[in-house]
Amino acid sequence: MPDREVILITGSRKGIGRHLAEHFINRGALVEGCSREPCELQHENYRHHLADVTDEAQVKSLLAAIQKQHGRLDVAINNAGIASMNHILLTPAATVDRIMDTNFRGTFLVSRESAKLMKQRRYGRIVNISSIALPMHLAGEAIYAASKSAVVTFTRILARELADFGITCNVVGPTPIETDLIHAVPREKIQRIVDSLAIRRLGRYEDVANVIDFFVQPSSDYVTGQVIYLGGA
Amino acid sequence: MDRVEVVQVVSTCLRDVLSDEEGAAPEQVDESTQLIGLSSVLDSLGLVQLIVDVEQRLQSEHGISVTLADERAMSQKHSPFRTVSTLADYICVLLEDEYAHARP
Repeated sequence: MPDREVILITGSRKGIGRHLAEHFINRGALVEGCSREPCELQHENYRHHLADVTDEAQVKSLLAAIQKQHGRLDVAINNAGIASMNHILLTPAATVDRIMDTNFRGTFLVSRESAKLMKQRRYGRIVNISSIALPMHLAGEAIYAASKSAVVTFTRILARELADFGITCNVVGPTPIETDLIHAVPREKIQRIVDSLAIRRLGRYEDVANVIDFFVQPSSDYVTGQVIYLGGA
Repeated sequence: MDRVEVVQVVSTCLRDVLSDEEGAAPEQVDESTQLIGLSSVLDSLGLVQLIVDVEQRLQSEHGISVTLADERAMSQKHSPFRTVSTLADYICVLLEDEYAHARP
């Protein structure tokens, strides 16, 4: 078993997940990433898995591979997520299924299987990702925000159920960052969101990593079931 | 994997869980040991631990991936988690299904 921490990051191919993978590699951790498509990131301390977080069998195989390779899992970051902006009157039911599947069901599956591995050492940190679309009730993001609302409620209860195993569960809610998720959103809309934040600027990857660093450090063992939104949303 | 081995896995996991908490001494474990109800040697969290531990031991030591707390288990009138014996029987049924599906 390695003496370095082992970190699982879903959706690590690009965006926030990719940045977090590099962040934790630079910190000396062993990082296990996954996405549905191949990832270009190559490093001796990084291993990529092709896995769809909505598929129970694939998630179980992913965690079985981590157990076999390392025998431990310290941190799981449920970053994989998809968004779709649309007026609800124009939202296809299939879009709702797709968003809930990835954002909620995927978070549930990875959390459940990660916790099984973490509990063996009675230590673990699960970090889930929400969005400021939830507290700001952004028009056009009803389904996306609802999926993140599910993630928040799930995490708060997860925190209670896993506390006895030494596992903490928390949520970070980023503001818009220059990622693929917001490329399709009009500039003016992004600017309006930024203008309504307490701190009026776009988010940075480092802002997200900073909160996650706090959640996952061993001394944060008395911090669980909490949600931190960035930018003062 | 035969039923004797399955009972061994369940019993070993149960002893491990019991050794982590106060209650029944490990030597009291046999096929009739109650896992749920008033006479159970486990509390509800202990049962969760046992089920997860059995799943993991089957995976890591025997390469068998089963989900014990599936919809079928939750919908059975008589819970398969009543005793070591009923849990072993239930695992054997799952393994047979798995074997049947794996055959061409």
